[in-house]
Amino acid sequence: MKGECALQATVDQQAALARALRKQPFRRTSEMVIKTLLLLCAAVSLLTTALIVFVLFSEAWTFFEHVSLAEFFLDTDWQPLFEPSSFGIWELVAGTMNVVLWSLVFALPVGLGTAIYLSEYAHPRTRKVLKPLLEALAGVPTVVYAYFALTVVTQDVLQPLFGRDNIPIFNSLSASLMLAVMILPTIASISEDAMASVPRDLREAAYGLGSTRMEVALRVVVPAALSGIIAAILLATARVVGETMIVAIAAGSTPHLTLWPNESIQTMTGFMLQIGLGDVARGSVKYQSLFAVALVLFMMTLIFNIAATLIVGRYREEYE
Amino acid sequence: MAQREATAPVSLRASGAVARRQAVSRGSRYVLLAATLVGVFVLLVLAYETAIEGADRISWSFITNYPSRFADQAGLRSSILGTAWVMGATIALAFPIAIGTAIWMEEFAPRNILLTIVKLNLANLAGVPSIIYGILGLALFVRFLEMGPSILAGAFTLSLMIIPMTVIASQEAIRQVPPSIKEASLAVGATHWQTVRHHVLPGAMPGIMTGIILATSRAIGETAALIMIGAFTFIAFDNTSLTDDFTTVPIQIYNWTIRPQEAFRQNAAAAIILLMVAVVGLNLIAALIRERFRRE
Repeated sequence: MKGECALQATVDQQAALARALRKQPFRRTSEMVIKTLLLLCAAVSLLTTALIVFVLFSEAWTFFEHVSLAEFFLDTDWQPLFEPSSFGIWELVAGTMNVVLWSLVFALPVGLGTAIYLSEYAHPRTRKVLKPLLEALAGVPTVVYAYFALTVVTQDVLQPLFGRDNIPIFNSLSASLMLAVMILPTIASISEDAMASVPRDLREAAYGLGSTRMEVALRVVVPAALSGIIAAILLATARVVGETMIVAIAAGSTPHLTLWPNESIQTMTGFMLQIGLGDVARGSVKYQSLFAVALVLFMMTLIFNIAATLIVGRYREEYE
Repeated sequence: MAQREATAPVSLRASGAVARRQAVSRGSRYVLLAATLVGVFVLLVLAYETAIEGADRISWSFITNYPSRFADQAGLRSSILGTAWVMGATIALAFPIAIGTAIWMEEFAPRNILLTIVKLNLANLAGVPSIIYGILGLALFVRFLEMGPSILAGAFTLSLMIIPMTVIASQEAIRQVPPSIKEASLAVGATHWQTVRHHVLPGAMPGIMTGIILATSRAIGETAALIMIGAFTFIAFDNTSLTDDFTTVPIQIYNWTIRPQEAFRQNAAAAIILLMVAVVGLNLIAALIRERFRRE
């Protein structure tokens, strides 16, 4: 009787063990399924890049069957919508460079000043209040900035200030001012991070030699953080190049080969939005010019972003 | 007393060139503070201007009316509904994929060239302008997959746009979970996925939620990408399915901004107030979650 019971127990244990062992492969398959699903999720982002590159190149290829590369890169006239049409990209590139130039002129001094103040001068409590306020500027939808550029900046400030004859209703200056506000948090925040990670020893050595606070900030901290600052400027430039609503609403839709701020211009993104708004027939050269411009835009932002990543990478090596 | 005055020239106060350098340095504080306040000042002016311009237009009928060519009768009904539909679909599509990608990268990916490529690719995608995503959506979803300018096409487009930033935020959150928790779970026999499911994900959830909310607040204000796929249309019906044409609040703001009449400018300002309430609200929720869970 007793022996039978013991035997029974062993049988039960064996069955339990067998069940557990049988369960093991099931657990392993479900692990495999989940692992595969997660891998597929990660593949989505790779696929996105592949599709962007494929769509841009294939449609641009069709465009360049109708318009020669020579015309695209050598002609200086962008007139795709009316006959006789011509497709010289430079007027659009000049429009983009125009707003890049002027937005950086305004955003750089203010952004770097902010970064230096927050990193080197401000009390930690002041910084804790000011930094989130500045970063709130980065969360404002760009169509809101666009509204301000056209109404407040142009109509309420610039035109009364300089006269309607000197400032047309659509001008690159108002767009650049709002673009500067848009990139201010990018420049200030990334530069401040770079300055904050400059080792304390460098500052203390400079103070020890009798430097003032400003001399430490400008001659020691800023040069030491320079690669981070340059990366911030490159990222900000990429954002200006890719920004659409502000320039489409406030800067106008007349391509001009100019860097003056008081003229109506059209940027690459502005042209793309103009095509997107209307119903240009699919398959027409106008429609395909959209993809050719998009390809140039994509390449430009890619170069700025990669340059920023490379510079940040180098900068990290220096201090670790 | 007289003797003391004789030795007084030994002063700690600097003179000459040093005094000038110190004065310049003291002055620099105020110049830099002024630069810092420029941003804050602009923020306040913009908020004030919008409030003055648009506050009078906000009313119940402004929210429940369809768009109209008469500014005083025009409302946000179809664009609010369109925004709600497209955001709902975007959240449902983007976040499982984004969180899945982040889990794979942090927990399951082999540490080899593939992971490096995925990482670099994500960093670059996060910098791609939104209008390029709009072009991709136009060529791929609207035209090639024949979805038309529908809510679904909009949601796919916005999803691709916000996945990179959500992945980066989620990765950060997953990395914050202490390895000791993971090791304890693995030591008592849990499988890798069980560990991730029951211990890593709950620990990383506040960080992931913050990332998701910030991505949502970016998508809710997106205009250019949705105009490219054809959402700049006149909608005077309530959306009922994912295949409907749609428009959104930012697109309505754009529509009213580019009209010359003052009355439409007021409509745009009123719509901006409502949009900013949504965006600021989302950012506040994200900040609260971050603060609430920081101590643990």
